Amino acid sequence: MFKSRVGSVSRPTSPFKVLVQRFTFLALVVAALGLMVMNRADVHFVKQARVAAVDAVAPILDVLSSPAAAVFQMVDRVQGLVALDRENTLLKQENDHLKRWRSVALQLETENQELKKMLNFMPSSAMSFISARVISDSGGAFARSMLINSGSRDGIREGQIAITGDGLVGRIGEVGKQSSRILLLTDINSHIPVVSENSQSGAILVGGNSDRPQLVHLPSNARVSVGERIVTSGHGGAFPPGLPVGKVISVAEGEIHIQPFVDMVRIEYVRVVEFGLDGFLPIAQGSG
Amino acid sequence: MLWNRLDLVARSLSPMAITLLLVMVSVLPMHIPFFGTVSPVLSLMAVYYWSIFRPDLMPSFAVFGAGLFQDILSGTPLGAFALVFLLVRVVVVSQRKSFIGNSFVVMWWGFMLVTAGSLVLVWELASLLNMTLISPLGVAFQVFLTFALFPCFAWLFFRAQQAFLRQS
Repeated sequence: MFKSRVGSVSRPTSPFKVLVQRFTFLALVVAALGLMVMNRADVHFVKQARVAAVDAVAPILDVLSSPAAAVFQMVDRVQGLVALDRENTLLKQENDHLKRWRSVALQLETENQELKKMLNFMPSSAMSFISARVISDSGGAFARSMLINSGSRDGIREGQIAITGDGLVGRIGEVGKQSSRILLLTDINSHIPVVSENSQSGAILVGGNSDRPQLVHLPSNARVSVGERIVTSGHGGAFPPGLPVGKVISVAEGEIHIQPFVDMVRIEYVRVVEFGLDGFLPIAQGSG
Repeated sequence: MLWNRLDLVARSLSPMAITLLLVMVSVLPMHIPFFGTVSPVLSLMAVYYWSIFRPDLMPSFAVFGAGLFQDILSGTPLGAFALVFLLVRVVVVSQRKSFIGNSFVVMWWGFMLVTAGSLVLVWELASLLNMTLISPLGVAFQVFLTFALFPCFAWLFFRAQQAFLRQS
């Protein structure tokens, strides 16, 4: 089928044209190398241009990503129907369990308020949420990030935290007017201070572009076991303490890997949260 | 007359338009488990195909632009895919005569070499620029998936070529 080609005859080219082509090629190679260096050096206008370009195509991505999401929802629904009965039993059990927790929570809330009154407690600045739809999931082995369809006009700022109901997704790395990029916790450039919930040993969670990020810089006497929950520690101020991140899935040969609570593949919507943290991350000025 | 010219211009832009569209398609959230890890580089297929059959409609600055677009959307270091696409175009254009008129298997085989070479180069650049060694396993999967899906996309390009570029 591929043998009969159309329009595949090359035309003779003049020496001048060849020279121009070679020059163009070399100039573009130099430009590519220059961009790499400038990008590495975090030159401001390069970053601005990148953000502006993403912003320009965000509406197209927004439209294109809808059918994919619709198909996903349909598949999910069919799967849901198949597992309806089993799920119902599970949900009833979970409901019972949650009812018990609810009464505990209500009790604690009252107690908490009483104690706050006694302490003349000043509440910290209220947390605010922005819900956004994921319009691109740049997979591949080279970077792990997502684009969402909200930007500075919706109040998104660099350094804010992206979560779902299950736990931490990542943090906002770049902000355009109508789109933003979330640096996922699985990205190679993601380093998050965390703590294991049982043993209370602090560590850094390094993304490494894999689905199973790794715990590093654990204290030498730390004992972390499989199944243990890992939450953010709040050190450095970039992330609030106590956000669920994942659970330890393997401990072998000094390498500890965790499985994030959030299934990155299934994310359709994220909540971007302003915790009022300034931390060591550069916070974009004058946006909003 | 003007209409004819416009029509011709639109037709000759189709290879570039297809390439840019594929860049966008490749970053859409597909919600398929593990697909995100190994998502194929669709735009590379387009750069390869059009560099063989219509290099005149896929000039250097166009593949540079497509590579830059890929870098911007997928979050690879800016310039990495731009450089790699430029190199792919030069290599493929110099060898295109051995693909044209030959069987599809030869072209597919050539694509495997190009994919492996390109993604290894991007891997090296990304590791260097991020100052960390990126796991080569993901790259290997990505090479395999890109290679494996090539026939489907080559067929689509072939149909597009027949539909839009028959007369030009």
